Amino acid sequence: MIEIKDIYKTFGDNDVLKGITANFKPGKNNLIIGGSGSGKTTLLKCIVGLHAPTKGDVIFDGENFTDMDFEQRVPIRKQIGMLFQNSALFDSMTVEDNIIFPLNLFSTMSKSEKLDRANFCLERVNLEGKNKLFPSELSGGMKKRVGIARAISMEPKYLFVDEPNSGLDPQTSIVIDELISELTLEYKITTVMVTHDMNSVMGIGDNILFLYQGKKWWEGSNKEIAHTDNKELNDFVFASKFTQAAREKL
Amino acid sequence: MFTSFGRYILLLRLSFRKPEKFSVYWGEVMREMVSIGIGSLGIISIISVFIGAATTIQIAFQLASPLIPRSIAGSIGRDTTILEFSPTISSLVLAGRVGSSIASQIGTMRVTEQIDALEIMGVNAPGYLIAPKIIGGITMVPLLVIVSIFLGIGGGYLACFTSSDVSTSDYVSGLRDGFDPLTIQVALVKSLVFGFIITSICAYQGFYTSGGALEVGQSATRGVVYSCVMILFADLVITRLML
Repeated sequence: MIEIKDIYKTFGDNDVLKGITANFKPGKNNLIIGGSGSGKTTLLKCIVGLHAPTKGDVIFDGENFTDMDFEQRVPIRKQIGMLFQNSALFDSMTVEDNIIFPLNLFSTMSKSEKLDRANFCLERVNLEGKNKLFPSELSGGMKKRVGIARAISMEPKYLFVDEPNSGLDPQTSIVIDELISELTLEYKITTVMVTHDMNSVMGIGDNILFLYQGKKWWEGSNKEIAHTDNKELNDFVFASKFTQAAREKL
Repeated sequence: MFTSFGRYILLLRLSFRKPEKFSVYWGEVMREMVSIGIGSLGIISIISVFIGAATTIQIAFQLASPLIPRSIAGSIGRDTTILEFSPTISSLVLAGRVGSSIASQIGTMRVTEQIDALEIMGVNAPGYLIAPKIIGGITMVPLLVIVSIFLGIGGGYLACFTSSDVSTSDYVSGLRDGFDPLTIQVALVKSLVFGFIITSICAYQGFYTSGGALEVGQSATRGVVYSCVMILFADLVITRLML
């Protein structure tokens, strides 16, 4: 489980996060939603250690990640997988090398074991046989799937996903969402996903955290979201006529 | 300026932390050595031969006097090539070729979140990205300068061979006359320092890039400009200290 306690983050005079507290449970899809500039990505970066919170703690299964130095964080980092908004695949490496990269650095596997693991991860994301392609030869959806394959190569306990559906068509978005959800359930991963996509929210949101102006404004499941009377959340989630119509049918 | 210098020193310290796995880093060092060394051999060869030839012709033209032996073109050409042209001009060219490549490569990795991905995995990103480049630079730039010295002197010989200003025998006699091995030491110290300057400054500029494609280009330009200025400054300091 990941606990975040009273997280504040300030850039200059700009208070981006204002005291956010939440728990993210294993085997659940924990979604962070909110409008542009609400602090979603900043919160995610504070959790994974890319930003140092101005105040507050991030606790991974009882271990305070915020207090640790680089060396102390390495054992926890080895248990973290992350899918970036633009996939962040290493351009100079093939798909296979991208997946094997963390194994080369942190595992004691033999070369054939690493190749087997890479093939397994590629099969898991339905990209068998694409081992020797470079990121520049892949479509947006394929890059995301390779990003997921790389993220799960070290069998992570924690999976962080930053806007996995940006730039993807609705069908591919659903495929990516389902894949993340399946992996979360299958391996009991604590998944934290930042998203704008309402299909993701309604489809796989086990636990949803709604941020508004840098604060936690609402928390609940996708079943509860349809019946909430929180004005700001309703304005955000049911902004379009399509989602309003869908809500009326629920 | 002091903030930037402090960040540069801290980045260098991070770059030389103990590697996560030596074999992976060794592979990167080899790749950088090939990229910097073999990749720059062509351009260094071309400029060395032409500068060596042009320098010899100009020395012969300027010292055309019955009171000065013709072989002096060989002696001056040799020392100028060893002390200044090969280390400094080659390094300025390398700052453009290698330095811009390093700054733009690391800068692109920064803006496309590839460096964030390394950090999330628990990889010491400065160590993985910068240390192999610095090691590649301080090993390959001196080797390239040695090649450049031979080719520069060879270029002078070619100029003598194809013109009637100085005979090849006078040129070779001048090359042998009054050779001081200290000049080679100076050239090697300069090239080692220049190799470090090029790779570390350009890597620093790339590593702290923020924004997008425009900023990557700006980082590469800044890296090359600062490297060139620092090379010329270090050239003066080393020359003053060693000669």
